[in-house]
Amino acid sequence: MDYLIRISGMILPMVIVGVVAAGLWKKQDVYTLFIKGAEDGMRTVAGILPTLVGLMVAVGILRASGFLDFLAAVIAPFGKIICLPGEVVPFLLVKMFSSSAATGLALDLFASYGTDSYIGTLVSLAMASTETIFYTMSVYFLAVNVSKSRYTLLGALLATFAGIGASVWIALAMQ
Amino acid sequence: MMNYLWGGMILLGILWAFFSGRMDAVSDAALTGAEDAVGLCITMLGVMCMWTGLMEIARAAGIVEKLSGGISPAMQKLFPGVPPGSKAEEYISLNVIANVLGLGWAATPAGLKAMKELDVLREKRGLPKGIATKDMCNFLIFNISSLQLIPVNLIAYRSQYGSENPTGIIAPAILATLCSTLVAVVFILLVNRFYKEGGDA
Repeated sequence: MDYLIRISGMILPMVIVGVVAAGLWKKQDVYTLFIKGAEDGMRTVAGILPTLVGLMVAVGILRASGFLDFLAAVIAPFGKIICLPGEVVPFLLVKMFSSSAATGLALDLFASYGTDSYIGTLVSLAMASTETIFYTMSVYFLAVNVSKSRYTLLGALLATFAGIGASVWIALAMQ
Repeated sequence: MMNYLWGGMILLGILWAFFSGRMDAVSDAALTGAEDAVGLCITMLGVMCMWTGLMEIARAAGIVEKLSGGISPAMQKLFPGVPPGSKAEEYISLNVIANVLGLGWAATPAGLKAMKELDVLREKRGLPKGIATKDMCNFLIFNISSLQLIPVNLIAYRSQYGSENPTGIIAPAILATLCSTLVAVVFILLVNRFYKEGGDA
C-alpha cells in the first residue's frame, strides 16, 4: 500500500526532471520552449471554457431534475437479471456524465456497504474500467468544432458495457 | 449527434423538473454548473500550461518521438489515417501513455492537441468540416475504453473507507479494464475493416 502511494508520488517529479534534463542535454532552449508550450496550453483551456460551461450547465440541469434517478429506477429491475444491484445503477449512469459526481456516489456506497462487500468491489471495478463518455466526447469533439460524431457513441457505449459486465463478473468471482 | 445530445439533456431535464416540481433546484443547478465550469478551467489552467510546456521541451528533446516510435505499429493498426511519425501520432501516443500511467492531468492536454492535429489531417485530405473522421472516432473510443493500469485514487479511497486490502483491487481492476479496452479495440478493427471514410452514419 505505502510503496504504491510512494511510487505514484514519485512519477510526477521524475517526469519533470527527466524532461528538463533531456532538454538541457540536447542543448535545447528549455525555458523558451516551456513558455511557448504553456502559452499553447493557455489557449487550449480558453478554447474549451465555453464547451465546459455548456456541458456543466446541461449536466447540472439533468441531475437536479431527478431524471437520472427515475432512469436508474427503471433500469434497476433489468440490472438484477445480470446480478447488478439497484444501488449501483445511479453511480453507473452518473459516471457517464461526470467523474467527480460519480466519485461522490461511490464514496457513499463505500460508506454504507463497505469497500470489500459485493457492492463495494463492483463499484471499485466499475470506477476503474469505465470513463466519462459524454464529458470526454463533448470536450474533445467541440475543441475541433465537430458536431457529427458518427459511430463514436456506439463504440464508447459498447466498451463501457464491456467494462461493467466484466466488473460484475469479476466481483461475483471474488466473493 | 452532439446537438441532439446537448439539446436533449437540457430539454429533458427542464421538462422533467417542470412535471416533478423541481424547477427551483434546476435553476440553481444551471447557474452553479456555469460557475463550476469557470472554476474548473481556472484550476485546469495552471496544470495544463505546465504539461503543455513540458511537452514542448520533450518534443524538442526527441523524447516524444522515441516514446511514440515504440507504440507506433499498434497505433497504425488503430488509426490508419494517421501517418507514422506525424505530430498527430506523437500526441495520440502521449495521451495513451499518460492514461496508462494514470497521469490524467497530462493526458487531457495531449489528447486535445491530438484532436487539433487530427483536424489538420482532415483538412489536408479534403474531408468536410464538422464531421468526425474515422481516426477521431477511433481515438475517442479507445480513450473512453479506460486505459489506466493502476487506479491510484481508487486505492486511496478504499483505504480511507476501511478496506482490509486496498491494493487487492489492482489485479481485478486491470482485468476489468483490459476487457473494456479489448472490446474497444475489436470494435475499432472491425470499423477499419468494413467501414469507409466519408460515410454519414
